[in-house]
Amino acid sequence: MTFENFSQGNSILHKMDSRIKIISAVALAAALSVCHDYISPGIGLLLGVIMILTARLRFREVFWRLLLVNGFIALLWVTLSLTYPGDSLFSFGPLRLSKPGIELAALITLKSNAIVLFFIALLATSTVADLGHALEAIGTPRKFCLLLLFSYRYIFVISQEYLRLNRAAKLRGFRPTTNLHTYRTYGHLFGMTLVRSWNRAGRVRQAMTLRGFHGRFYSLNVNKAGLNDLLFLMFTVIIVLGFVFIEFK
Amino acid sequence: MNYNHSAPFIEMHDVTYFYPGAEKPALDKVNFIPDKGKVGLIGPNGSGKTTLFHIIMGLLKPDNGQLLFKGQPLAHEKDFRQLRREVGLLFQDADDQLFSPTVLEDVAFGPLNLGISPAMARKAACQTLAKLGLSDLVERITHQLSGGEKKLVSLATILVMEPKLLLLDEPTNNLDSSTRMKLIEILAGLKLSCIIISHDWDFLAATTAEIYAMENGLLIRSGKSSLHNHFHVHSHGGYPHEHGG
Repeated sequence: MTFENFSQGNSILHKMDSRIKIISAVALAAALSVCHDYISPGIGLLLGVIMILTARLRFREVFWRLLLVNGFIALLWVTLSLTYPGDSLFSFGPLRLSKPGIELAALITLKSNAIVLFFIALLATSTVADLGHALEAIGTPRKFCLLLLFSYRYIFVISQEYLRLNRAAKLRGFRPTTNLHTYRTYGHLFGMTLVRSWNRAGRVRQAMTLRGFHGRFYSLNVNKAGLNDLLFLMFTVIIVLGFVFIEFK
Repeated sequence: MNYNHSAPFIEMHDVTYFYPGAEKPALDKVNFIPDKGKVGLIGPNGSGKTTLFHIIMGLLKPDNGQLLFKGQPLAHEKDFRQLRREVGLLFQDADDQLFSPTVLEDVAFGPLNLGISPAMARKAACQTLAKLGLSDLVERITHQLSGGEKKLVSLATILVMEPKLLLLDEPTNNLDSSTRMKLIEILAGLKLSCIIISHDWDFLAATTAEIYAMENGLLIRSGKSSLHNHFHVHSHGGYPHEHGG
């Protein structure tokens, strides 16, 4: 498993304060998601592309991630255009292409791609550790932040544990097919992974207690927003206000 | 609490411990007063070595017997808090010990919990890492470290708390020979007392002055002369013994 492919870099976006990036990404995404016409999502998409360029990310990887998202959206194109009520654009026997359905699918496509680009350019350019601390700094409940950081830290260990068990099963001739034996084996594999994770959680807790943990995480980093961060925040506010203006004009 | 500083650091008197549901005790009336300096603890799997460490740290509560820390009995969670400041336990699996995203944060975790300022904690963490020759790992992500690096960093997370006694649970498990040598070097340079669980005879020979053996929950003390000063895989197996002649 590989994560954080985009988090290392030297661009302006990489160096920005994670708190500002989280606030900006969420604000832009929220504003775009409630728009009704095509202008704002169009501007948003353009903005997303510009941000990706600014972050100097590898195009190929960004492209693959977009492809993944658009795979789901392709399903929407099929279902919405065939089932949405309204004027039909084209009909062939019992099949009927709905005009508002296609318009809606196009709008969703624009918005989703723009939002995904924002998140890649703004959030994926920070490490998960930074994001966790930044979330805490902007007032997200501490338990949620701890959950995020711990899930991230141990997802590798748990996946390795699962892979190890899986490998052991394979080496003893296990080949998954569709029968009860396969389902039972997978049941055991998942169950065992769960038990091991539970035990590990207990040991991690012990290790933390021994080092004086009493329910509070103290952060080493003192977040300091610089001039670039403030300028970017202002830029975000202007764009979001622009979206609002376009919506209500 | 009135600690008696001339009393032994840790004393165990007739400590018995049963795991829930077990019929045989994991520790059977163990009396253990480790000497100052470096002590080894050897014995087959399941003989109660790790349990002994967990009892000392207060992670498990003995069913019977008494545990003293600097002459004072330990009973409640509160009593163990002071002990945990002065006794550090290195877990068998470094992944259990390293839970912070970066190395620096993990090493600074303990000092921050003791209420030290972030700047001081950062400084202490960097100094400890530097002492162990790990300065270039400071900014690394913990789960991306190699097995050997993880072990050494988890040792740093304990040493930064400045313990007076160090408990090491099979520290050489899964280490390559160069990391193992480095660990021997580091332990030789430490001035604090250690109790080391290991199956690795040569490692114990290189690091400890006294060896205890455990089997079936019983602790046996060996004579000081049992340790020999040669380095090979030992053919006599799991017990300390004296060489004739």
